[in-house]
Amino acid sequence: MWENIKEFASTFFVTGDPLIYGADVSIALTVVAIVFVLTKYKKWGWLWREWLTTVDHKRIGIMYLIASLLMLFRGGVDAILMRLQLAFPNVEFLHSDHYNAIFTTHGTIMILFMAMPMMFGLFNMVVPLQLGARDVAYPFLNAVSFWLFMLGAMLFNLSFVIGGSPDAGWLSYPPLSENDFSPGPGQNFWIWGIQISGIGSLATGINFIVTILKMRAPGMKLMKMPLFSWSVLSSCIMIIFAFPILTVTLALLFLDRFAGAHFFTMDGGGNPMMYLNLIWMWGHPEVYIVVVPAFGIFSEVVATFSKKTVFGYKSMVAALMTIAIASFFTWAHHFFTMGTSASVIAFFAISTMVIAIPTGVKVFNWLFTMFRGRISFKQPMLWTIAFIPCFLVGGATGVMLAVAPADYQYHNSYFLIAHFHQVLIGGVVFGYLAGIYYWWPKLFGFKLDEKLGKWGFWFWNIGFYVCFMPQYALGFMGMTRRYYTYGWDRGWADLNLISTVGAFLMGIGFIFQVWQIVYSIKRGERDTTGDPWNGRTLEWSIPSPAPFYNFAVVPEVKEADDWWHTKQAMANGTYKKEPVHLEPIHMPKNSGIPFIMSCFWFLVGFGFTFGWVWMAVIGFIGVALSMWARSFQYDTDYYVPVDEVRSTEASLGRVV
Amino acid sequence: MHHENHDNHNHGSLKSYVIGFILSIVLTIIPLVLVMNHMLEKTALVITIMVMAILQFIVQLFFFMHIREGEKPRYNVQTLILGLVIVFTIVAGSIWIMTFNKY
Repeated sequence: MWENIKEFASTFFVTGDPLIYGADVSIALTVVAIVFVLTKYKKWGWLWREWLTTVDHKRIGIMYLIASLLMLFRGGVDAILMRLQLAFPNVEFLHSDHYNAIFTTHGTIMILFMAMPMMFGLFNMVVPLQLGARDVAYPFLNAVSFWLFMLGAMLFNLSFVIGGSPDAGWLSYPPLSENDFSPGPGQNFWIWGIQISGIGSLATGINFIVTILKMRAPGMKLMKMPLFSWSVLSSCIMIIFAFPILTVTLALLFLDRFAGAHFFTMDGGGNPMMYLNLIWMWGHPEVYIVVVPAFGIFSEVVATFSKKTVFGYKSMVAALMTIAIASFFTWAHHFFTMGTSASVIAFFAISTMVIAIPTGVKVFNWLFTMFRGRISFKQPMLWTIAFIPCFLVGGATGVMLAVAPADYQYHNSYFLIAHFHQVLIGGVVFGYLAGIYYWWPKLFGFKLDEKLGKWGFWFWNIGFYVCFMPQYALGFMGMTRRYYTYGWDRGWADLNLISTVGAFLMGIGFIFQVWQIVYSIKRGERDTTGDPWNGRTLEWSIPSPAPFYNFAVVPEVKEADDWWHTKQAMANGTYKKEPVHLEPIHMPKNSGIPFIMSCFWFLVGFGFTFGWVWMAVIGFIGVALSMWARSFQYDTDYYVPVDEVRSTEASLGRVV
Repeated sequence: MHHENHDNHNHGSLKSYVIGFILSIVLTIIPLVLVMNHMLEKTALVITIMVMAILQFIVQLFFFMHIREGEKPRYNVQTLILGLVIVFTIVAGSIWIMTFNKY
């Protein structure tokens, strides 16, 4: 008996690496600390009532934000470990297998469990407020999305202490990711972690499309909608068409591994190249899914901090929508070297260059918005200004990669690595950080400290160029991705060391930002006006932090940048205050079902990961029961009485 | 917040659901029978299965997805058309890209 348990534990838990044991200890300590604090201060009920069961889009947004910052930390630690291993030739810090696992989890986490939730966090925090809505179209589904993401991410992150991490690259190309070459649960963790959170992503896509199309305040025509909401619409259109492809592809890969199918195997009529084809049909729109909302953020920030209407609104909208469609026609450029026919390569090379055009249009529009504007260099604007040159270089190297004959040289070299980090960090991370700094006061009621933020900003920016510029050169010098070590004779030592220094500088930047958040919670400048940046759109017309029902009275929108025009009218004295008529507010009730159902999905994923079908069956039964319970729940909404609205507004300093 | 607008227009009658259900079943059984009994040669079989699939897609759209209903603007129809474009891209693009494997 005891022997059996010992044998099981030695395969179930990852053993043999001091780094992993360190992680085990820190995870155990963290869990104990959380349980202790929650119990000591009697916060379990608070946690359940206020957070785990909430359907409020703002709280869900905050939870997404916290989760994504934790994931940024985990992915960042992975990056630092890799850079340490590569800092000098012949370093014996990570074994080759461990290195493979780390670059796999770094990529997967940064795209799917960092960028995606940070994006969904911003959607949730901002879109209903910008539209003048009181919640998203389907608040319950919104909670389901969040918890599916969260449990999927937890399942994935468990892999490095239980069962073993996936180590076949962030997109797990077969045949390497098939059973023959990757036995064991790691690859299954990858499939099920992404699969479960992917269902949530798809639901979020649907939710926000419906919210944007159906829940705008009266008078807000689509062409008067703020550009961030437009970018969310563009991103969600891509989500609902791209994510089903991912789901099917991963399901086929899982059938190969679990049921002995032959979709992507080398024998039995399978074709691994089909996997590349399918996964990039999702993968290419995916990079636009994450970057387009960043474009939306920049459009808002540039207009606000230049005190001008955004230049070329209609061309901005056209560019966003063009990107949404065109992104589905470029996927083959990720595998030019696979050896397909010349006409295929020509088509996809040209389509790749074409999609750079709408992005270029947007860059010019931002520059023209700033032109002769009264620019104030607050934190959101700093990140926006840093983004433009960074993304420009990233885009230019992207067009270099699109030149198919040249791509045969660049393919999978550090040139490619530097390129996509430049567009993803320079575009996505800078954009989301700008968005977080911009909307933080609306969510929390205080600004993030400027001084610490500027330290963080400069460490991030200088660190970025120090880290990634040498990698372009390393690519030209023949260094390909996924090398875990190299010899002195290659001549790569200097540039790699510089790159590692840059990675540490970015890490220091992140530490400054964490410090900034902690410091600002106590000392940050409080936002008493609700409009700390002199904003232009509806979210700045309500108090900060926004009350749970958002708008005491649903606003009537007359033009684009409605709040700006209202303020102008107030200043001119031409503003006529309409008599306020408060009505009871219809709100959704909290529900524990999204959390419970997602826990059952976790069981499904965990069961399939280890091939324990009984556990997966229990999970599926739980999921079905949760849905059944929800189907017969009729008491799902309530009305906030007028008195409560009035007293809440009064406590926020507003008279209605 | 989805609230009371389900009385504005009807969501199909029991009769239309039953018709849709029966049509779907029939369109599923036909290819099954053809395959199980080896009644057609390969090309004809593939074409028949595809035609049945497309017919079933249309049946589902009209009887279950209520494609004819809904207020203007017809976002559901617009999305459907875009979806068809994307599906065409996926299928035709994959065939086009993967043909080199035949050599």
